[in-house]
Amino acid sequence: MKKSTLLRASAIAVSLAFVAAACGSDSDSDSSAAEDTVASEVTEDTAATAAGVTCEPVSIAFFGALSGDNGNLGKNIRAGADLAVSEFNTANPDCQVGLVDFDSQGDPAQAPALAQEAIDDASILGIVGPAFSGESKAAIPLFDAAGLAIITPSATNADLNDNNWKVFHRALAGDDKQGPAIATYIQNTLAAAKVGVIDDATEYGKGLADIVRDTLGDTVVASDSIDPNAADFSAVVSKMKDAAPDTIFYGGYYAEAGKLAKQLRDAGVTATLVFGDGVKDNGFIEAAGPAADGSIITCTCADGASFAEFAAAYTAKFPGETPQTYGAEAYDAASAFLAAIAAGETDRAGVLEFLGTYDAAGVTKQIKWDETGEVAGNAVYAYKVEAGVISVIGLIE
Amino acid sequence: MRDWLIYKTFWDLTVTGVALGSLYALVALGYTLVYGVLRLINFAHSEIFMIGTFASLITATNVLGVPMLEAGQYPYRTGFQLVLILLACLLGSMVLSGAGAVALERAAYRPLRGSGDQFGAVVLAFVTAFVVGLVFFDTPKSNLIFGIIGTGPIAWMYLNIFRRGRQAPRLAFLISAIGASTAITEAVAIWGPRDREQYQTPRVLEKKTLFQLFGTDIRIDYVIVIIGALLMTTALLLFVNRTRLGRGVRAVAQDVETAKILGVNVDFVILITFVLGGVMAGGAAMMFTLVYDQSKFNIGFLLGVKSFTAAVLGGIGNLKGALLGGLVLGLAENYGSALFGGEWKDVIAFVLLLVVLMFRPTGLLGESLSKARV
Repeated sequence: MKKSTLLRASAIAVSLAFVAAACGSDSDSDSSAAEDTVASEVTEDTAATAAGVTCEPVSIAFFGALSGDNGNLGKNIRAGADLAVSEFNTANPDCQVGLVDFDSQGDPAQAPALAQEAIDDASILGIVGPAFSGESKAAIPLFDAAGLAIITPSATNADLNDNNWKVFHRALAGDDKQGPAIATYIQNTLAAAKVGVIDDATEYGKGLADIVRDTLGDTVVASDSIDPNAADFSAVVSKMKDAAPDTIFYGGYYAEAGKLAKQLRDAGVTATLVFGDGVKDNGFIEAAGPAADGSIITCTCADGASFAEFAAAYTAKFPGETPQTYGAEAYDAASAFLAAIAAGETDRAGVLEFLGTYDAAGVTKQIKWDETGEVAGNAVYAYKVEAGVISVIGLIE
Repeated sequence: MRDWLIYKTFWDLTVTGVALGSLYALVALGYTLVYGVLRLINFAHSEIFMIGTFASLITATNVLGVPMLEAGQYPYRTGFQLVLILLACLLGSMVLSGAGAVALERAAYRPLRGSGDQFGAVVLAFVTAFVVGLVFFDTPKSNLIFGIIGTGPIAWMYLNIFRRGRQAPRLAFLISAIGASTAITEAVAIWGPRDREQYQTPRVLEKKTLFQLFGTDIRIDYVIVIIGALLMTTALLLFVNRTRLGRGVRAVAQDVETAKILGVNVDFVILITFVLGGVMAGGAAMMFTLVYDQSKFNIGFLLGVKSFTAAVLGGIGNLKGALLGGLVLGLAENYGSALFGGEWKDVIAFVLLLVVLMFRPTGLLGESLSKARV
């Protein structure tokens, strides 16, 4: 009897040890792998160009979804940041900057713990991210308390700049610009008399949809929210079918937008579908199939004068790929941090101060932040899905 | 304005609610069967459903070679070919879900019942060794070798812990269920080709409107789901109430010890119970992909919670209760979302459960599988 109790206890101890080993080695291998890739991408002929700056080993971090339903958006951002870092490392052989990944799966519940992990890594001087608005709201208070600067290339929620966060910077215009532009487009270009508005009840989706609702006013004949985790949206679909709007706007991300578009079309709803920047990804086309055709997508993301050069460098680094949504914004965000490191900033406070005076031409626009962390410029572009391809149709006036 | 809306869309909501409720009911049958026989809430049952959706996807794309899109359009099939594809998918889902349920029972529950099951111990030991191997090695080959070497000692350890005749405490079954559920979802999330992203399933059935009822379009996919669920539930009720094996299931549900004395092979009956639950979940999974064209590693989670709710609502352990509970829940969710807004859908489901349990603690039709006949 005694022996078997002992055996059982030891079995539990052994299994606990395995679990601990699993957790421990997993996270180690993750971060070291991330740094390895960056290091190995540095070309061999660095000795020839001995120019460049010298610095202690430092790194910047990517924070956002690399997996999960809407992980494509995070992967786009990571690729843009990765390109900026490896270009910098090639040009500065004596100053190798690492890029550490924090995969939040876009989940606000996971964000604070990951943010703390990033804060505890003393080598990290800046964060490219957080990618989504919900996780930003959850994570930035921690970054703010730690004085670790962030530049988000994608979180557009209008209220994010309203928190007196001194570390907050955004590389594209927020939804206070995008929302009214969407409303203008629906009213003027699509000339809609009846509009349906749906959101996914997230920080980003609901925030954007509410701005559209407020701006359109009485034109909105039906309004509802969906649960993004659910598979079935039939109650919302019934409501839209009954209200028969000419145009339906959905505030949310691409995975749910695809499911919703499909179910709306299946039920015979023929309204023009309009989406915000969170849907501008090929994942939407994949999820919606033929139901995506004819959809309008808006984005405050834009291509500046030097975009062609950036796109060529991107394709050279990632063969067969072209820059996707937020990739260029992430490149600009990472470039700002790298400029700080090149200017000799070695601590978080220095980097944060540097960003306050930063003023340089980026791939997307002139990058210069005002005191709330918003970037100058408010261009909103409209895109259209035709035959499974998202292509730009022009600036929304 | 919202009260007015529900009247206008009432029949529309009813049709979609009954269809979704039918899927809840089919999955709920699995929870209720296992509970009736083992007094165990099989939390990993939602993963059996998830396996079914992937089985349907694999049957359609990998086995039958149906493309996702043909020239930018859905790969619609008609006539005999369509029926054949749908039946193949249904068979694939049912077989894989049933097999998954058997594997689950043998690996996660049987060893705990103190049956001294060597096969279960060996399977469990191999899985343990393989997973531990994943931590230390990166190549599948070395994982496999480590798994095989580790199987012996770990199986010996398991057999010592779960010796014949020693029943584990009730809580151990629950932990085992939750552990199995997490292990299966994470395995699909990590080893699946699309990580944690959702998968699309090819749409072979054109969702045509068959006829109109009270001014509402009745679509073919909803008709298939509702009729399919009714047929499967009827078949299950007939099996449990009319066959020899079904009598064994009822006997074990009433009193395990007496059934054992009277010569019922209890382990076999439990296995059959899991198979029945798995097959029902497999059927539900195939029809789910028919309507929603999608799957995901955690697709079973929310649906599983809802189905479990449906089972409790109708009276857990009661087969007809599961059917009723599923339908009531599906309808209540749809009417409730229309009344209060879509974000309240889950709240409505659980408030309904609480209210029903307050007045009828054993659910709408009462508990007990053994009384299903009366």
